Amino acid sequence: MVNEQEIWQLLEGVFDPEIPVLSVVDLGVIRKIEVGEDKVNITITPTYSGCPAMQIIEQQIIEKLKESNIQHAEVELVLSPAWTTDWITEKGKKALLEFGIAPPENEPDKSVLFAEPVKVGCPQCGSKNTRLVSQFGSTACKAHYQCKECLEPFDYFKCLK
Amino acid sequence: MSNQSNSPMSNSPTSNLFEYIVRMGDDSLILGQRLSEWCGHGPILEEDIAMTNIALDLIGQATNLLEYAAKVEGKGRTADEIAFLRFERDYKNCLLVEQLNGDFGVTMMRQFLFDAFRTPFFESLQFSKDEQLSAIAAKSLKETKYHLKHSSEWIIRLGDGTVESHERVQGALDKLWRYTKELFYNDAVDVALLESGVGVDLNKIQLQWKLTVEQVFERAKLTIPTNNWQFEGGRKGLHSEHMGFLLAEMQYMQRAYPGMEW
Repeated sequence: MVNEQEIWQLLEGVFDPEIPVLSVVDLGVIRKIEVGEDKVNITITPTYSGCPAMQIIEQQIIEKLKESNIQHAEVELVLSPAWTTDWITEKGKKALLEFGIAPPENEPDKSVLFAEPVKVGCPQCGSKNTRLVSQFGSTACKAHYQCKECLEPFDYFKCLK
Repeated sequence: MSNQSNSPMSNSPTSNLFEYIVRMGDDSLILGQRLSEWCGHGPILEEDIAMTNIALDLIGQATNLLEYAAKVEGKGRTADEIAFLRFERDYKNCLLVEQLNGDFGVTMMRQFLFDAFRTPFFESLQFSKDEQLSAIAAKSLKETKYHLKHSSEWIIRLGDGTVESHERVQGALDKLWRYTKELFYNDAVDVALLESGVGVDLNKIQLQWKLTVEQVFERAKLTIPTNNWQFEGGRKGLHSEHMGFLLAEMQYMQRAYPGMEW
C-alpha cells in the first residue's frame, strides 16, 4: 500500500477541468487524505456551492489513483470549513498568472456593500491601471476585468474569504 | 393529490427541522430556476453571465440544503426527488422568488430584496447549533454577499439613472414590495427552531434587512410604497399563479422520463 505523501504527489497530477494549469492540490480543495488497510479516503471541499467542476474532480481523482493500482478509493465532499482563496498555494498563484488569470490579491473582504472594486494587476502587461467589467466572469470563481493600458480583457480569480 | 408525507404532520423536532430546511432550499431552488430563464436573454453579455452565475450558486445551495433535508427526513428520498417530484403545495418557498422576471429592473429588484434578506440570514445561521446548517450557511454567505453587492449596485444605477430606468425600477419596487413581509414569516416551526438554537431570529433579520434596503433606496432615489398591503402563503404551500408554470417547466424532464439521469 502507498503512503499518504505518495497520494499527495499523485493528486498534483489532477487538474481543475476549468483551469487546466491548476492542480487540485494547488487549488486547495484537498482537505484530508487517509490511507487505511485496503482503502484510501480523500476529503475535498467545493470552491463554490454550485461549482460544476467538483463532480469531475471527484471522478478524476478516482481514475488517477486507479492508474497507480489503488482500486479502493473514496472521495467525500465536506462543506466546513468553507474554502477560501487563501488555500491556493504560491505555486498555484504563479501558474494562474502565467496562464493569463490574475491570481487573488491579498485583500480584505471586498464583497461588502459600496466597497470600491479591488485593484488587480494585468496578467499580460503588469499594469495596475485596470477596471472591473463584471463581478461575475467565465466561471463562478472569476471576475471579468480589462486592462486600460494594453486593453486586454482578462479573468481575475476573485478573492473569497 | 398533495403528498401529505412532506408536510409536518406532527411538531416533532425532526419534522420541524425538515420543514425549516425545505423552506430555505426552495427559496434557493425557485429563484435559481427563475434566474436561469435569463440564460441567453440577458440585456448585455456580462449580465447574462452574472445572472446565470448567481443562478448556479443558488442551485448549488439548494442541492446542499435539499440533500440535508433528505437525510433529516430519513425516508430514502434523494435531493433530486425532493427538488423535482413534489406537487406545488409541497413547495415552501416565499412568493417573492417565484414572481416573473419581467424586465431587467424587475429581476434586479426581486434579487435585491431577497439578497438583502439572505445575507443577514446566513450570517446568523452560521452560528446554528446544527453543524450541517452552520456549514451550509458559512459557505453560502460568501456567495450571497457577492450577489447583494451586484444587485444593490444595479438598483442604485437604475434608480438614479435615466427617467426611463428610474420609472421602471420604481415600478418594480411598487409591484414587489407586497411580497417582502413574507420573508419574515414566523410560525411555530421558526419559534421551535429558534428556541433550540438551530434557527435564526427573524425579527432581528428583519431589522438588518430594513437598514440595507432603506440605505440602498435612498442612494437610488427610490420611494418605498406607502400602500403596505402584504401577501403571504408560500411558506404554507399556497403559491401565486406563476408557480404552476414554473414547475411545469422545471419538472418536465423528470415527469416525461422518470428516473432519467445525465
